[in-house]
Amino acid sequence: MYSESIIKRFRNPKFAGEIKNADGVGEEGNIRCGDIMKVYIKVKNNKITDAKFKTFGCAAAIAASDALCELSIGKTIEEALKITKSDIINLLGGDVPPIKHHCSILGVETLHKAIENYKTKS
Amino acid sequence: MRVYLDNAATTKVDDEVIKAMNPYFNKIYGNASSLHSFGNEAKNALENSRRIIAEKINADTSEIIFVASGTEADNLAILGTAFLKEKGHILTTKIEHPAVLETCKELEKRGFQVTYLDVDKEGFIKNFEDNLRKDTILVSVMHANNEIGTIQNIERIGKICREKNIVFHSDCVQSFTKESIDVKKMNLDLASFSSHKIHGPKGVAALYIRKGIKLKRIIYGGHHELNIRPGTENIPGIVGFAKASQLLNKNEIERTTKLRNKLIDGLLKIPDTKLNGSRERRLCNNVNVSFKYVEGESLLLYLDEKGIAVSTGSACSSQTLEPSHVLLAIGLPHEIAHGTIRFSLSKYTTEKEIDYTIKSVKEVVEKLRKISPIRR
Repeated sequence: MYSESIIKRFRNPKFAGEIKNADGVGEEGNIRCGDIMKVYIKVKNNKITDAKFKTFGCAAAIAASDALCELSIGKTIEEALKITKSDIINLLGGDVPPIKHHCSILGVETLHKAIENYKTKS
Repeated sequence: MRVYLDNAATTKVDDEVIKAMNPYFNKIYGNASSLHSFGNEAKNALENSRRIIAEKINADTSEIIFVASGTEADNLAILGTAFLKEKGHILTTKIEHPAVLETCKELEKRGFQVTYLDVDKEGFIKNFEDNLRKDTILVSVMHANNEIGTIQNIERIGKICREKNIVFHSDCVQSFTKESIDVKKMNLDLASFSSHKIHGPKGVAALYIRKGIKLKRIIYGGHHELNIRPGTENIPGIVGFAKASQLLNKNEIERTTKLRNKLIDGLLKIPDTKLNGSRERRLCNNVNVSFKYVEGESLLLYLDEKGIAVSTGSACSSQTLEPSHVLLAIGLPHEIAHGTIRFSLSKYTTEKEIDYTIKSVKEVVEKLRKISPIRR
């Protein structure tokens, strides 16, 4: 069902965990559907300097969370808000099963929430 | 280490089964319907296999027909009864295999009424008699559940159906050879059995049809299988199925039960876990445990990385994103159902494998809980 690149990222996520004293935290998802994502970001001079995630979900959700963090780091807030579902899917190697596309959408939404949270704090 | 704990999905074919099947591919290959000696040899193998399966469940040889899958056996039993009666009410349960559930749903579309019985938190059916109606034409209740292993009191259900003259079908695919099945004692009219769950080959199954019970055929063709199920008989498969039905012995069942209990006890030592199904009236090879705060598919794939094959009640691999209907029927909340794993053992499972599994599950659950946002 999953491509090697998704499985690889799922098995060894680089950004799993949490950031203590994060500048923004966002949580999104639906426990009924079995996906909850939480993203922590650290922001310095309007740039995301670090990102981590905690995810309850399937392999695609965990891999998408990890890809999202990788995409976010180094981007300005404005650039990060432009990250799309397709960017995540592309970083995952493109071969994401259609029924798992919602995991990448969830990633985008969770990041938006984290950024919103950052904006209300700063 | 590779550990196969998905024997409720399918099993490894026993070497003795392969040995028994082998001559029927290229030595005794006739069509059992042919009149010449090639045909007779095949016919003898077919009838001998029929006798073996019949004896195993205390049925008459003429009461067994071979089909291609457990799903087909269920379809033939349910559709065959419904199409013959043309209208009426069917009583089944919320925890049946899709082979029964989807067939009943199709019948609803065709004008039949169907009641899906609730079950209690261990998976035993509730209010059975209250839901029987004057126009009930068929009752279908599985013997042992494929996900949580709960074994229903089939004898009692059968007795009530017999008294009320209602056709009673039971899907015995998971229980066959593991639980003793006596179609007379259990008051069965129709019962489904499958080969590949008992270390036989895939593509073969059987339907028990009690003498006097009529079915309308659902496949059209020749006169095979008592004129009910046309199609050239799969002799190698049928011979293998019959052989497989003879192989599981009492000692192996006891051994499997012990290993099952060891696995249950070992897994329940992990904090925030829960056994699903009944502890007492449970299939000898079924373990079904919910691990709070983790998602089943992730757990399955991490275990796969360690060489352990299991299955999950999580929604993530399904199209609907709904978790298992069985787990919801026993009252598990969605998030718990999503974190549920089924381990199904076989006679080949070793104690070393169980020890390794307990250790690995513990590690993987800890790893996933560390990145779980719902663990507060």
